[in-house]
Amino acid sequence: MKVDQTKPLEYSTEQNNLNILGFWMFLGAEIMLFATLFASYFTLEGRTGSGPSGSEIFEITPVIFETFILLTSSFTIGLGVHAMRLMNKKATIAFFSITLLLGLAFVGFEVVEFFTYIEEGAALQTSAFTSILLSTLGTHGAHVTFGLFWGLFILIQIKKRGITPETANKSFIFSLYWHFLDVVWIFIFSFVYLKGMM
Amino acid sequence: MDFFDRFAIPHPSPVIYASMVAIALTLVAIVAGVTYTKKWGYLWREWLTTVDHKRIGMMYLISALLMLFRGGADAIMMRAQTALPENTLLDSQHYNEIFTTHGVVMIIFMAMAFIMALMNFVVPLQIGARDVAFPRLNALSFWLYFWGAMLFNISFVIGGSPDAGWTSYFPLAGNEFSQSVGTNYYMIAIQIAGLGTLITGINFIVTILKMRAPGMKLMKMPMFTWSALITNLIIVFAFPVLTVALAMGTIDRLFGGNFFTTTDGGMDMLWANLFWVWGHPEVYILILPAFGIYSEIIPTFARRNLYGYKSMVASIVLISVLSFVVWVHHFFTMGQGAMVNSIFSITTMAIAIPTGIKIFNWLFTLWKGKITITVPMLYSLGFIPIFTIGGVTGVMLGMSAADYQYHNTMFLVAHFHLVIIPGVVFAMLAGLTYWWPKMFGFMLNERIGKLSFWLISIGTCVAFFPMFISGLDGQARRMYTYSEATGFGIWNMISFVGAIMLAAGFVTIVYNIYYSTRYASRDISSDPWDARSLEWATHTPVPDYNFAITPQVNSSEAFWDSKKNGHKLFPGNYKEIHMPNNSGVPFIMSAIFFVLGFALVFSIWILAVIALLGIFACLAHRSFEQDHGYHIPVEEVKETEEKLGGARQ
Repeated sequence: MKVDQTKPLEYSTEQNNLNILGFWMFLGAEIMLFATLFASYFTLEGRTGSGPSGSEIFEITPVIFETFILLTSSFTIGLGVHAMRLMNKKATIAFFSITLLLGLAFVGFEVVEFFTYIEEGAALQTSAFTSILLSTLGTHGAHVTFGLFWGLFILIQIKKRGITPETANKSFIFSLYWHFLDVVWIFIFSFVYLKGMM
Repeated sequence: MDFFDRFAIPHPSPVIYASMVAIALTLVAIVAGVTYTKKWGYLWREWLTTVDHKRIGMMYLISALLMLFRGGADAIMMRAQTALPENTLLDSQHYNEIFTTHGVVMIIFMAMAFIMALMNFVVPLQIGARDVAFPRLNALSFWLYFWGAMLFNISFVIGGSPDAGWTSYFPLAGNEFSQSVGTNYYMIAIQIAGLGTLITGINFIVTILKMRAPGMKLMKMPMFTWSALITNLIIVFAFPVLTVALAMGTIDRLFGGNFFTTTDGGMDMLWANLFWVWGHPEVYILILPAFGIYSEIIPTFARRNLYGYKSMVASIVLISVLSFVVWVHHFFTMGQGAMVNSIFSITTMAIAIPTGIKIFNWLFTLWKGKITITVPMLYSLGFIPIFTIGGVTGVMLGMSAADYQYHNTMFLVAHFHLVIIPGVVFAMLAGLTYWWPKMFGFMLNERIGKLSFWLISIGTCVAFFPMFISGLDGQARRMYTYSEATGFGIWNMISFVGAIMLAAGFVTIVYNIYYSTRYASRDISSDPWDARSLEWATHTPVPDYNFAITPQVNSSEAFWDSKKNGHKLFPGNYKEIHMPNNSGVPFIMSAIFFVLGFALVFSIWILAVIALLGIFACLAHRSFEQDHGYHIPVEEVKETEEKLGGARQ
């Protein structure tokens, strides 16, 4: 394994470079995935059948909490990557842990939100609107949940193996993923919740 | 026994029971054969766990040929049923199932796999790379495709085939009108295979962008590599749309969602739109690599460099962009206004411009060339006129006002077969014959190959030209029979004759493979066609590491330059070579995907959860695994090179 000392650790080997570009391509595919979901959401938004509409079920308070939690976690993972570049293992682990805890809190809020919707008669089967709403939110939520496990595995590897070109590469890629989910959430917040409540 | 009732065929027939027995016997024969010859270890070590792009390419090739025969059998049955008016060979339900599986198998499991086969084998060699960027993901791609194909193919013996057409339009494909599990198979098997395709897309983009030999700038890439790059970009941007559409369809069918239903706000046209937002770029995912193959073969056998390299690149880029803005032309008659239809008519016809540029470039490459007529060249020459007929009728269909006459008739069926067969099938057969010596170390027999070409090309014309006439006369597609008074009988009978010629052509290809494997000379050079690009610069058979020394490139035809103009392709000395390790995880994980898919098709939730946990365990294993590959020492490289006929210049 040839290590290029002039570059940040996560870019220091040939394979690391390939991994990062590959992940950007994957994010391109993810953009298309969420774009399709959003396009379908806008198409089906008004088609509520006999079920409730967005303005009847959306509540601003938990959504604001979710937003702040997720945005903060994006900030902390940025600090984590910064600490990693300074080769500060302790700080890296700390910031990644905070990120994952915030992610967990976000998922917790979302689960409660889903149960509330179902109680209020907005289940997956209720109408085209609820189907696409829960699918769009659910796809994002499933990504965050998947990220929790992925992040945890990387955290364990940093703890065990230290900050190496490999773990640095994995953490950096994970941070790209996490920031991406944050960006998607901003779109969900603006175009699902805020638009729906207006 | 209630649990097992769900696996019964809803609409059985003796043919299906016979197939069941045949499948069971084949499986037993394979297992017994491998056990008897004690090849399980070999199979596992050399093939099931391989991450070598060349072997993965070969496995794609074998799968594609198998699927070609599955889809071909469907085609023959359809043509036989409609050969006579009011024929009773098949009933309407079986006919529906057969045209559905014919479409899906041919597009998703045959054509895609064939393209993946050639791309996998050729692209890393053409750019002078050791392997793809992510060899293990490449294995995962193949096995996901393979197990997805298997899941789709068991549908007709377990639970019933999908029967809503390869486009699977809702509400027909919804629970109300498609009550058997057939359409579940459609939604889930394509999802699994599609995941593999998406991963290939990412893998090859990174490979082509990052792993080219030194000196090979983008505008010095061989044309097949260019087409592979653009194809994979389309894959990455089009397949997620299908992923979402299939997931929505699955939610509708399994969990009672309301995306495409006719009640509670559901919108069936959303499916049609999403399907074709993926489906039209998919057409170009199929055709662009074919264009790439022709652009390799025509210069080789015309002994001239490709005419208009830059305009070739520009036109595939333009085609890829336009491919995303024409999808509505698949349903002009389904309720848009005149304005929307007109816009999509214009974008559709615009695609004829870059395609026309390519056709003329090939013709100009042939102009004053020293043409040798080999089998790959025959396919390339046959492609140009037949494809042009298919393409021009496509422009006719693209005129939205006129389309009201052609829509859903046999005219359409004739059109798309006359672009897909010369476009994709001819290209694949040409590419197969062309790269066969590099893959397997001997050449396919030219005489039998020429016989196959004539049978297939004349068969194509005889099978599909009559459909233009019966279509304009009003014969609708997907009708299992018609009355004698319609007068369609004669045209359908001619089509049937053509279909038999096509089938005979494919049988001669199999015979050719058998014959050449037995009798062809193994004493061929590593460059039997006197070709121009890098894949011919390494040994035959290609060593595991592809190139002992990374080639140095100075033009788009570096190998030609090294032969004719004294360019030094392999400067320097042997170094030790880093190689990836084999892994069984891609195979196992994809097999678990098969189990997951099967569980979802039949709504066996406990099994589905167990399978999901299995997939998760494979992912976790990969996350913690430390695998740095291995190194081939210099002595071993030297030894291998000498055994294969000495160092390359």
